[in-house]
Amino acid sequence: MGVTTGGTTEVTPVQAIGAAPVRGGTGRRALFARAAVATALSGGRTVLDTLRSAPPLTLRQTGPGTVHLVATAAGPLGGDDLGLSIDVAPGTVLTIASVASTLVLPGPEESAESVLVVDARVGAGATLVYAPEPTVLAAGCAHRMVVRLTLEEGASVSWREEIVFGRHGERPGRCHARFDTTAGGVPLLRQEFVVGDPAVDASPAVYGDARCVGTTLLAGPAFGTPPGEAVISAGCAVLPLAGQGTLVSALAPDAPTLRARLTWGETQILPA
Amino acid sequence: MDAALLLLADSRLPAGGHAHSGGAEQAVRAGAITGTEDLARFLRGRLATTGLVTAALSAAACHLAVLLGSHGEDGGRPWTEPSAAAAAESETDARAAWRELDAEADARTASPAQRYAARTQGRLLLRSGRRIWPSPVLDTLAQAVPDGVHHPIALGAVAAAAGCSRHDAAMAAAYTSITGPATAAVRLLGLDPVVVHRVLAGLVPDLSGVARTATAAASGTVEAGVAARGTAAEAVLRIAWEELPAHAAPALDLLAEQHLRTEVRLFVS
Repeated sequence: MGVTTGGTTEVTPVQAIGAAPVRGGTGRRALFARAAVATALSGGRTVLDTLRSAPPLTLRQTGPGTVHLVATAAGPLGGDDLGLSIDVAPGTVLTIASVASTLVLPGPEESAESVLVVDARVGAGATLVYAPEPTVLAAGCAHRMVVRLTLEEGASVSWREEIVFGRHGERPGRCHARFDTTAGGVPLLRQEFVVGDPAVDASPAVYGDARCVGTTLLAGPAFGTPPGEAVISAGCAVLPLAGQGTLVSALAPDAPTLRARLTWGETQILPA
Repeated sequence: MDAALLLLADSRLPAGGHAHSGGAEQAVRAGAITGTEDLARFLRGRLATTGLVTAALSAAACHLAVLLGSHGEDGGRPWTEPSAAAAAESETDARAAWRELDAEADARTASPAQRYAARTQGRLLLRSGRRIWPSPVLDTLAQAVPDGVHHPIALGAVAAAAGCSRHDAAMAAAYTSITGPATAAVRLLGLDPVVVHRVLAGLVPDLSGVARTATAAASGTVEAGVAARGTAAEAVLRIAWEELPAHAAPALDLLAEQHLRTEVRLFVS
């Protein structure tokens, strides 16, 4: 695939392989898309071995070992079936970010769910930073997010997820997110977030009066040592996991506050 | 329903459950629970998240205990060979299976304070349960996780030893996930116990739903594992526990950690 990093003259080929409309309706059609990014080690440096976009998931190389997700269509919309595969080869370093938040919208068929599955493997001694902008749940959306993160021995990861319950003053649609992380074959973190049932959302046991929920999972040698015990501040807890890793977990009234809380929590990890 | 379920879910079971408020004490202190309406919302959210996860783990543990306990009673299958070597091997496998399920509970409990509370309660329940309903399966579980197994796993295993079904085990876990905090709130806020029990009665449909969902998740997970492998001994080591529910409650995590840092506490958690 031959997309290398580090060269200033490099032009990133963007291929729309596997993107095909699957259903008609008002507005744009539902999309089936499978995007992928994979690194390889070449002469001791990280190169991008695969960079395959599939609208609305478009990937652009923005620096050495850095890829941005660029939305090239609205959504996800109800009915969209989106997949992103991330493979960070042993010893390589990859950062994935996005240029804007993701606004999840209802599709033309009210009952149709949008689905985004992210499968990520981080090889031995490799480092992945996954730090996209927030996912905003617009009114009426029905979204399913699945993250499967596999860490091999000595892999490091910083994985941030932020979910915003609707735009300003908007009641969110429904969302079911599931994050599964294993490290060396052992479960490290399994979490599901369900948004959209008002009786549960507003529970003082779940989100309380927060309008956003976010987490950053930090694991592996590149991100230092977990604190010996949990550290807390307003709306944020830095939680050493049972396995080797730390979860920064935050609730907030708005997205900027959420980001500030997560950022504060991330700095509580002792540096490597 | 087995009558033993009543004993198991009774707050008078001497297993230390009364010492835990499940975050209710801190929620009261923080002003998040001031009366029965807040309490109802707190309990509904707790049941839909922690309640569902613990119910599924409990049902899974009950199922696993029954599978492991069927050694020697299920003639004709290869793992029931009575030789000493085979028995030792199956004991090793059984311990590994318990540790795997316990690791799944760990992965679903991000808060160290909540893990500590869950293990403390699990250790006490298993200690009492082994005396009330002695069973080799409970002995194996205690040896597999000597520092205290997560409470729902102890609950499911003890339920199996008491003759309860998976659904009973799930129901007991779901029930205790809300009755403990409800009782704590009565004591902390001086609420009318009758009104609080009316709140609990209003949650009965949710309780039934959670127990049903949890049982189905645990059964599906175990049966898929058994069907895919040749013998139960192999199967219990390869059950896809990851498919069990994992609903998080970020506010409970925060409350649990804040509670641990509060000097004057009536409850352990």
